[in-house]
Amino acid sequence: MDLALVVGLHLLHAIASLALISVGLAVIFGMLRVINFAHGEFLMVGGYAFVLSAGAGVNLWLAMLVIAPAVVGMLGYLVERLVIRQLRGDVIATILATWGLSLFLVGLAATVLGYHQQGVAPPFGTIQIGSYTIGIYTFFVIGVTILVILALFAWLRWSRAGLLVRGTMQDGELAAGLGADTVRIRSATFVLGSALSGLAGAVLAPLAGVLPEIGATYVVKAFITVISGGATALTGTTLAAALFGLTSQAAAFVSRPVVGEVALLVVAIALLRVLPTGITGRYFRKAL
Amino acid sequence: MRPGFRRTGLPGLPAQPQRSILLTWYHATRAAYRTGGVARPGALPPHIKSCPAISTGDFVTLLTRRTFLEGLAATAALPALGTGPAHASEPIPVGAIYDLSGPLQGFGQNQWRCARLALDQINESGGLLGRPLDVKLYDSQSDMQFYNQFANQLALRDRVAVVQGGLTSSSREVIRPILRRLETLYVYNTNYEGGVCDGNFFATGATPGIYVDLLLRAAAERWGKRVYVLAADYNYGQISARWIRRGALALGGEVVGEEFFPLEVNQFGATISRIQAVEPDVVLNVFVGPAHEAFYGQWASAGMNQRIPMMSTTFGGTSEIVRMPPEVVNGIMVIGSYYESLDYPFNQTWLAEFRRRNGTDYGYLTDVPIKDWYGWMLWAEGVRQAGTTDREAVVAALETGISVDGPGGPLTIDARTHHCFMNTHLAEARDGEFRILERYQNVPPTNPADQCDLQARPDTNTMYTPDI
Amino acid sequence: MNWLRDRTGLLGAGVAGAVLIAVVPAATEVYVQFELTLFLIFAILALSLAWVWGFGGILSFGQSAFFGLGAYTFAVAVINLGESTLPILLGVLVPALLAGLLGYFLFWRRISDVYLAVITLAVSLIFYYLIGASAGSQYRIGAALLGGYNGIPSVPPINVPGAPEQPLVYGDLYILTAIVLAIVYGGLRWLLATDFGRVVVAIRENEERAQLLGYDVRMRKLAVFVIGGGIAGLAGVLFAAWGAYVSPNVFSMTFTAQIIVWVLVGGLGTLSGAVIGCVLVQAVMTWLGEAKLADTNLVLGAGFVLLVLFARRGLVPGLRDLLARIRPPGRDPR
Repeated sequence: MDLALVVGLHLLHAIASLALISVGLAVIFGMLRVINFAHGEFLMVGGYAFVLSAGAGVNLWLAMLVIAPAVVGMLGYLVERLVIRQLRGDVIATILATWGLSLFLVGLAATVLGYHQQGVAPPFGTIQIGSYTIGIYTFFVIGVTILVILALFAWLRWSRAGLLVRGTMQDGELAAGLGADTVRIRSATFVLGSALSGLAGAVLAPLAGVLPEIGATYVVKAFITVISGGATALTGTTLAAALFGLTSQAAAFVSRPVVGEVALLVVAIALLRVLPTGITGRYFRKAL
Repeated sequence: MRPGFRRTGLPGLPAQPQRSILLTWYHATRAAYRTGGVARPGALPPHIKSCPAISTGDFVTLLTRRTFLEGLAATAALPALGTGPAHASEPIPVGAIYDLSGPLQGFGQNQWRCARLALDQINESGGLLGRPLDVKLYDSQSDMQFYNQFANQLALRDRVAVVQGGLTSSSREVIRPILRRLETLYVYNTNYEGGVCDGNFFATGATPGIYVDLLLRAAAERWGKRVYVLAADYNYGQISARWIRRGALALGGEVVGEEFFPLEVNQFGATISRIQAVEPDVVLNVFVGPAHEAFYGQWASAGMNQRIPMMSTTFGGTSEIVRMPPEVVNGIMVIGSYYESLDYPFNQTWLAEFRRRNGTDYGYLTDVPIKDWYGWMLWAEGVRQAGTTDREAVVAALETGISVDGPGGPLTIDARTHHCFMNTHLAEARDGEFRILERYQNVPPTNPADQCDLQARPDTNTMYTPDI
Repeated sequence: MNWLRDRTGLLGAGVAGAVLIAVVPAATEVYVQFELTLFLIFAILALSLAWVWGFGGILSFGQSAFFGLGAYTFAVAVINLGESTLPILLGVLVPALLAGLLGYFLFWRRISDVYLAVITLAVSLIFYYLIGASAGSQYRIGAALLGGYNGIPSVPPINVPGAPEQPLVYGDLYILTAIVLAIVYGGLRWLLATDFGRVVVAIRENEERAQLLGYDVRMRKLAVFVIGGGIAGLAGVLFAAWGAYVSPNVFSMTFTAQIIVWVLVGGLGTLSGAVIGCVLVQAVMTWLGEAKLADTNLVLGAGFVLLVLFARRGLVPGLRDLLARIRPPGRDPR
């Protein structure tokens, strides 16, 4: 019984982590169709923003929940303004530019920050479940993920800004014709996605550590999750994260960790073979 | 154009008995450009048929050193080969390849800082044999293909007297055969799984056999003999795990769990639960790389760092001790030949000098980067004793059992294995520093059943897997 | 002979090929040829993606899977057989076969666009993980240990067919690689000029229209993919022989992305661009590794961003535009 509960919590945590690292990309790629290869580095910058400001004496929660998203949001603004916007939706040029950006950010972090920045320990204590202990921070990660997704959903669904964003994504020309400032909306959406990535990087930093090259650990899984989700970015990403997190963690439980990694990929391939346009290509098409 | 290796012509090679059409045509085109010489690179004389595994660079092996040098001497006015007698003040070219960028830069940058300190110290004290060292440094970008390119360049173009560097076992196995065939000495300065037995190769790093035994003994004294093993899923981890199984059995203990992780895995929830279910006396990890670092935070988050003691043979190599919060890593027991907190007088002055030149933002030094200082100092001592940079003479000098003192105590070459005796220290992570618990003097390199004996069999060139 | 029409391009390619095959070996030293060999091997790999993506319209993140599979197949086979002729063939056929299976799996289900990219990437990464997990003496194929992340060292070189005692290394391997590159390049250009090639390009432009005109889109895409897989496999064979070494890194995301970067730097939709982009990027990376101006990633990353901002379509199309602007109108050979 205890074991079942503990296993269940780990599965939830795996799903939440996957959803958290993907949600920023879900906004940037899923909605704007901008292939951002520097997504992993956005997470890395978020982690560093959190670790550095917490190390400088800023309140932990302020650093994690406000400063990290703000810093990466600003980075996102600059990137959108100076690079993405110049390319005017040219997918191929964007791949190359964001790949370059990814290398650049890794190099910059390695040169400027190096390997002597102290990380932050996971806050909170632990709780006892039978003979098992689980960190309360695990619950925090799950909680933050749920909140972020619900908030994003509510914002898109019910706010006027959300309506504008959805309208712009659906038909930019029509939205512009109706008087929406699509350039600004796209820019704001990019900033939002970046800020979410920054938040994710900060929330995961106590558990994953921060290093200049940490982004590579995230980027592939995030892309596979978002793309398998399909056209409807938010719902799709959440469902894909649930499916992939569940299978890979379950496979890692019953077998070796490498089987968990491979299981995620095999499920992704099988999924796309059955549903060639992602989960929401067929189901939940009306969702967000 | 400087006289090149190929263009000098390599006399004495018989013409090929049969040639493919392709080759015949190719040589016909090339003959027009050739000014002299008959050989072509890549051509092997018939007697090499018996050679079992011919591989890149073999053609050089075919030329004995003498014919090779004669060939070079035949074309006049050549620059020194880095080995021959040269003008007194002419710099000695030496080669270094480190991972200065890319995923392994956390190791490579400090390796180079340590190496540079040694090279600077040698040059500032008047160089070697009155000649300054001219280091040719290459950044491998953590990419094996660049190791391949740069090792060839160092041997063929730069003609260095020695090459040092490399981190991963794969990098070593890429450049070791190249340098052996191109007759350039190679010194490798990283802890690795052990077993390389090659007369052209010296290793200053530690091998896991002894480390594991000492750790297990310390654990048995303190906590118990039921061990749970977490290891990186590659050769170093696999072989370390085998040593652990053997060592635990020898102590009357057992391995109650064993897991291997691909280098990208950074979710350890499942593993931590399994460890909680098994309740071992101690967990011993052989983690490698940035993703695995995530383990420590997750371990501490579950409160396990208060419950089950943790040991590691790899923790500390990329300054983890200053990067990770003390609440997370305090109490981790490690073993290694060097920690900054060692109280040797040599270490105090050495560290002050290192910090004077590198500032304090380098992180924290442990035995992986520090060996690159030792490696250069050992080679320099070999050159001094040999009185030349000639490869064979230097190897012979090193094989006399040269010893250099350094920040981690003396390091002495074992002539039979070309590995080193070194002081080894048991330590514990405590508030951003390693607290030294025990010292073992002059620990010998692992060499199970005397597999490797380069004194008795100097032509050996293999990598043994310990039969355990 | 339609494919001979673009005279400027063909002349350029011919001159470049002649220089590479005939002049370079005589005029350069052995380590230069050694380095160039690698560049040309990568250029062959880049050509395979330029063909599959730039002309077939298939964004494949799996070229590294075919490349790596070719390298591993060759390494394992040549270690076991000791003679390289059959291993080379296997190194081309096995990846082509995988491409066939994968292509059947993908195109008959009409998977395209980013979804296809994800599947091919996942296939590549599965190889990466599985071969990475093969450390230990139980993972062997005949005499060849797979070696996990450490890879397979001491792979024997390519030899003159039927004569294992005559290996092609350094200068000879260079010549062989240059010839293979020339053949692959010429072959692809010829293919593009055939009816098959024209239909392939038509499919890229508008798949639906091509289908409505009665062409079997799936079959042609499959053929494009198999040819691309075989070429990538051939490059892998040469790579394993060049370095006497192969490791799972050839399946990694970094390597996969690198191939895409080569093609994009040179310009998507051209063949010469892939070769030029690849050689240029590799040469710059090598130079950075020697010069150590700053962190290599930093310099390289900034370079890519600037390149995109100032020559968005890549070098070769950018250059063409420039030439077209300089040239008086009406005399454009196209």
